[in-house]
Amino acid sequence: MGKFFAITIVVIAIASAIPIVMHTWEAPADISTHGHLIDEQMSETMAEAGISFLAAQLLLAFFVWQFSNRGVETKLKSFPGGAKALVIAALLVVGVEVLALGVFGVKAWADVYLTPPSANAMPIQVQAGQFAFYFRYPGPDGKFGPIHPERINEGSQEFFGLDKEHDVDSRDDIVTAEMAVPVNKEVHLLMHAKDVGHSFFVRELRVQQDFVPGLDVSLHFTATKIGRYEIVCTQLCGLGHYNMKAYLDVLSQDDFNEWMKKEAAMQ
Amino acid sequence: MHDTSAHAVQHHAPTSFIRKHVFSLDHKVIGKQYYALALAAALIGMVLSWIMRIHLGWANAAIPGLHALSPNGAPGGVLTPEYYLQLMTMHGTIMVFFVLTTAPFAAFGNYFLPIQVGAEDMPFPRFNMMSFWVTFTAFLVLVASFFLGDGPTLGGWTQYAPLNAIGSASGPGQGLGVVLWMISIALFCIGQLLGSLNFISTTLDLRVKGMSLMRLPLSAWAWFITSCMGLTAFSVLMPACILVILDHVAGTSFFVASGLVLNDQVIPHSGGSTLLWQHLFWFFGHPEVYIAIVPGIGIVSHILLANMRKPMLSQRVLIYCMGALAVLSYMVYGHHMFVSGMNPVSALAFSFPTLVITIPATITVLIWVFSLYGSRLRINSASLFALGFISMFVSGGVSGFFLAQPSIDIMLHATYFVVGHFHMVMGVAAMFGIFAGTYFWFPKMSGRMMNETLGKVHFWLSFVGTYCIFMPFHYLGLVGNIRRYSTFVDDFLQPLIPVHRLITVAALITGAAQLVFVYNLIHSRFRGKPASDNPWEATSLEWSTATPPPWDNFGGKHPVVYHDPYQYGVQSSVGDYVMQASPEQVKTDHEEK
Repeated sequence: MGKFFAITIVVIAIASAIPIVMHTWEAPADISTHGHLIDEQMSETMAEAGISFLAAQLLLAFFVWQFSNRGVETKLKSFPGGAKALVIAALLVVGVEVLALGVFGVKAWADVYLTPPSANAMPIQVQAGQFAFYFRYPGPDGKFGPIHPERINEGSQEFFGLDKEHDVDSRDDIVTAEMAVPVNKEVHLLMHAKDVGHSFFVRELRVQQDFVPGLDVSLHFTATKIGRYEIVCTQLCGLGHYNMKAYLDVLSQDDFNEWMKKEAAMQ
Repeated sequence: MHDTSAHAVQHHAPTSFIRKHVFSLDHKVIGKQYYALALAAALIGMVLSWIMRIHLGWANAAIPGLHALSPNGAPGGVLTPEYYLQLMTMHGTIMVFFVLTTAPFAAFGNYFLPIQVGAEDMPFPRFNMMSFWVTFTAFLVLVASFFLGDGPTLGGWTQYAPLNAIGSASGPGQGLGVVLWMISIALFCIGQLLGSLNFISTTLDLRVKGMSLMRLPLSAWAWFITSCMGLTAFSVLMPACILVILDHVAGTSFFVASGLVLNDQVIPHSGGSTLLWQHLFWFFGHPEVYIAIVPGIGIVSHILLANMRKPMLSQRVLIYCMGALAVLSYMVYGHHMFVSGMNPVSALAFSFPTLVITIPATITVLIWVFSLYGSRLRINSASLFALGFISMFVSGGVSGFFLAQPSIDIMLHATYFVVGHFHMVMGVAAMFGIFAGTYFWFPKMSGRMMNETLGKVHFWLSFVGTYCIFMPFHYLGLVGNIRRYSTFVDDFLQPLIPVHRLITVAALITGAAQLVFVYNLIHSRFRGKPASDNPWEATSLEWSTATPPPWDNFGGKHPVVYHDPYQYGVQSSVGDYVMQASPEQVKTDHEEK
């Protein structure tokens, strides 16, 4: 039965590797300027993890095959080099691997999170609340008016609690249910949580960030491909979590201007 | 050589039924009570997972019996989105706390740690009894939330703020359900703290003559290291739970920020911090997953040694690795919070120790695998599950490479990749450790052998079955399948439903295989072949005593330890091993003093 165990492990290991090698299930194509760094990091990690996985499982299988159910007359052997060799190998191989992954991965992270948005990035605010995303554009004055929590009223579609009467900056703000951005233009996304924790995830854009109630966080990104993409909530927020999504439309500059005019007219 | 021995009798032999079997001071009874609790919890947790998996594959399926359990949550037996989340929360909570922390640590540890050090019992038997009954009460409180108010909390076993604090307006179960969850877990923490005190003092103070620290079996080391983690981790979770209760009942705002609006009403809390809960929870939560797995590492090592019939390449290195895992486990917790909104520089700071913790884990696996080289490995149910543990630990561990890197976590956070990772490396691996321990120690605990054929059937179905369930989770995650969704309704996720259906079939078959185990346990308890004192020809102190051990473990005679715990592959008067308590001198490679 030891040999059967060995064969089972080999079959499982190879079967597990096949969908990866054949790229059967992969993330959708990247549409961002920073995403290629993440994708490269992912490929490198997959190669290293894949090799470690296969090596460990195959070694386990091999030794179980060779050394299971041997009679008492067989000689006991000790792996040459003993534990010391293994500790050194682990420190060197794994140590180098983890340092490499860690160090090279810093740039991918830093590009998203540790660099500020450029000065001419287009600001858009997104508010997450049970169970929808709403977006706000600052309008021609380029400024967002203040949010008044006590004025928020979903029934009357006052999602951001704006006081257009008293707050000048709010008057030209444009509130939408979908997010549109011009292609190849950097966006500075300001994230506000209305009630509980939510998260903003667009797979193709390679961005995911939690909303933090009480703390306005922000992201910046540049979309490089025209199309319509899902924005999904990934932080458990209540019973409607599974259905909490919006759409990101990446449009040509002209189409974006058209869209903005239409939305402004509907305020 | 350390020379400490247990002198005073801790308590007298029990006479009444209540003292013998219910409110017992005997660590062995307490260990069995914990085991029974973990078994009941595992069955409930497993049934919950079946319901979840059926719903994910067939969203409109009417599940028999559910309407009776909750007419609101599952009208006509069809799960509502909230009830799915409520069952999911209970599945995670029950499994992590009442199975994975309870069985490997509290059940086997309580039973065998005192025996393995040569003691008659733990130093504080009353605390020990209290720890079980407090844990049992915690379980009852948690299960009660199914039947009270609008059901259990739906916030996941992680219970993030402010969803955990703002009350029932945020969803069914978020009022009373959360409060009951917090009370249950706070009680659980108290039970574990009492247990940890006993484990630590047993290991340090009650070792018999000749039992130096380096002569402790690896399972004893694992329980000791785990109890140190328990002391420092549960002591943080308990006050965190109390703070949430205060937010619910005392008008405080530890976790609720100002200016939040729910159902068009401004929430009457202010000044709290959303992220504070996550820091407190994960400071506990990451060591917790090592609390779940380190006993398994010790148990698997212990069982492999008895079945390899030769020592490990280095026992000392394994002990250092377990210690390293424990220490590093406190430095990595922020990897659960990479995209949480905490300072992104912190993400890098947490990422490095997370990658580094791979090193002791790798060394542990390498020592196991390369110790198999040249061995005379015996294949039985216990050793199969021990080998299965190694395979699962590797599989689950390598997916950690991805999640340890913040940039990759951007794509994999909150996807099924994470769910696959923790189920394999913690859920299945720890379960395999529990099964290995059961098949190995059942003879000592009950005086009877378990049925080997059924054990092997259990192993093969479980091993192949769990791979069929959880390996695909990783692929789903890579594609972008979000976790904690009750149903897949959108264009992106609907095409993945056929994969979910296959997983569900695997889950149901694997679940059925666990019933084979339960049958084997019960049948063997009454009808199993009688077991000798040392059926595995093993060396540690539990095999020196009668089967099952008498109430004071060693029948009034304290053993003296002469040898390392794992002198296998030697030539002695009894065979290819010499027991720790045997005064016989044999030629050995190396002996610890």
